[in-house]
Amino acid sequence: MLPAALYTFVYCYCSLPYLAIAFEDYSYKTGIMSPFVGLKNFEYFFSSTWAWAVTRNTLVINVLFLVPGTIFAVLLAIVLNEVKAKKYLKVSQSTMLFPYFISWVIVSYMLQGILGTDTGLINNLIVSSGGERINFYSDASYWYPILLVLNLWKSTGYNSIVYLAAITGIDEGLYEAAYIDGATRFQRIRYITLPLLMPTVCIMTLMAVGRIFYGDFGMMYAIVRDNSSLMPIAEVIDTYVYRTFKNTGDPSLSMAIGLYQSIVGFILVFTSNWIVRRKFPDGALF
Amino acid sequence: MAASANAIQLRRSNKIQKSTGEKVSQFFIYFFITLFALACVVPFILVLIVSFSEEKSITINGYSFFPDGWSTAAYELLFAPSSSVPRAYGITIFVTVVGTVVATLITFGAGYTLANKQCRYRNGLSLYFYITMVFSAGLVPWYMISQIIGCYNNIWALIVPSLLFSPFNMFLVRNFVRGIPDALNESARIDGAGEVRIAFTIYLPLCLPVLATIALFYAIGYWNNYFNSVMLINDQDNYSLQMLLFNIQSEITAMSRVAQGATRSNPPGESFKMAACVVTMGPIILLYPFLQKYFVKGMVVGAVKG
Repeated sequence: MLPAALYTFVYCYCSLPYLAIAFEDYSYKTGIMSPFVGLKNFEYFFSSTWAWAVTRNTLVINVLFLVPGTIFAVLLAIVLNEVKAKKYLKVSQSTMLFPYFISWVIVSYMLQGILGTDTGLINNLIVSSGGERINFYSDASYWYPILLVLNLWKSTGYNSIVYLAAITGIDEGLYEAAYIDGATRFQRIRYITLPLLMPTVCIMTLMAVGRIFYGDFGMMYAIVRDNSSLMPIAEVIDTYVYRTFKNTGDPSLSMAIGLYQSIVGFILVFTSNWIVRRKFPDGALF
Repeated sequence: MAASANAIQLRRSNKIQKSTGEKVSQFFIYFFITLFALACVVPFILVLIVSFSEEKSITINGYSFFPDGWSTAAYELLFAPSSSVPRAYGITIFVTVVGTVVATLITFGAGYTLANKQCRYRNGLSLYFYITMVFSAGLVPWYMISQIIGCYNNIWALIVPSLLFSPFNMFLVRNFVRGIPDALNESARIDGAGEVRIAFTIYLPLCLPVLATIALFYAIGYWNNYFNSVMLINDQDNYSLQMLLFNIQSEITAMSRVAQGATRSNPPGESFKMAACVVTMGPIILLYPFLQKYFVKGMVVGAVKG
């Protein structure tokens, strides 16, 4: 017990005094007691064009992942549930889960292999069928679909596990009764599986909505790196905080951005958890 | 049991009198699943094939499933004495093993205590952990604290910051322990067992399923982490495997400089990259059957009990 409490204390509660840095002009000499400058760092951030851009990117990318991601995962779970061949089910499920265990760094190299301008698989196909090479890595307009596909590819198998477990938990008797009453497979899915799955979908979605203000640093930084032509759509708050910290070496500014994210994020997470607890008392983990 | 046996029988009888509509939908179901499953493995096969391809073939034809020639040059280079891959491999294995064991034990201890009715402050403590899940101060304090406690540019920087304990996993354990009857605790107490003994000799074995799952979460987290290296490691000698892979271009450049002096005219670049990917994925692929089994089980435990 003690180690966990101590660890949390050091990393979470000891970090609170550091929030003050956001309101200071930090220098490494004076540390946390640097001169107080009020909201200057926030003003600086919100007056830059990046403030809106990174907020929008974070939200857009998360919604982009969330909506098709959930639909696809639910669909996959329903379809998997219809498979009666045990062995086939097992093999296909293991395969679909596999990308989840692979790091984004590796995925980024795979993506280069597929999309790369000179050696990429897709460009080779285009050239061999007489087309012109497309430079994916310098044109941001391709990247919403690419990021979406990547995310679907990596996490659908994982997300569908929860939904599949919920479907398996549905009373078999309902299906038997519906079958005897002459319901087709589609009708059984439409009128039994989907309504009974809705609470789980709502809980998972709400939890994800709570996290909507946090970007996936591991994914974005591995794939986009420092590629400035993709940044207009792919720079999320997390990567921006990191870049500000590393490039300008100004902890105060990046702390201010981080605090902005923490506060909005906190409100969102807290509200979504609260709704989950109110509406679905069985579903909340806490 | 009887109900499910009936259901199975009912399904069997389905098969005999299947209508055309059912058959068509059955076909689409299998088609859809097979397609998606294939999409999930094909990129890995590409990586594997390219890693064994001749570099010349890659430069001419690009990435291909059917290279002109095969070669193991990339792997030879990867494990050559001048390569930093073996060292990074050792670091990552050490970090993963030590980190996972310690993290799992800490998490078990905390989760068990929170579920224990003897612990008077468990609600307050739950709140104490819960707050940290909804509010985090962000990157900058994290970085500064890591520096202060000495987790900077050494192996501890890869183990301790952010990876060593996750309240989420702790709540998973807590919920699992809550499902175990209290009578067990009481009878052990009457028999004279102390707190520590009850926790580790009675509850620990019972919690193995959930512990396997969280150990997995931690292990995958450690193995795939490159964030800590990006933030806290300056010295290339202390890079983890993922970080080395992330920076592989500089490694390739260094190697081709060495190779220019030698007879090798065309040092493997692309195939080297892919070989490094294969080597980095290696343990996950080898342990995958085991991983997958516990993972699915644990996810279900978490989802249903949660």
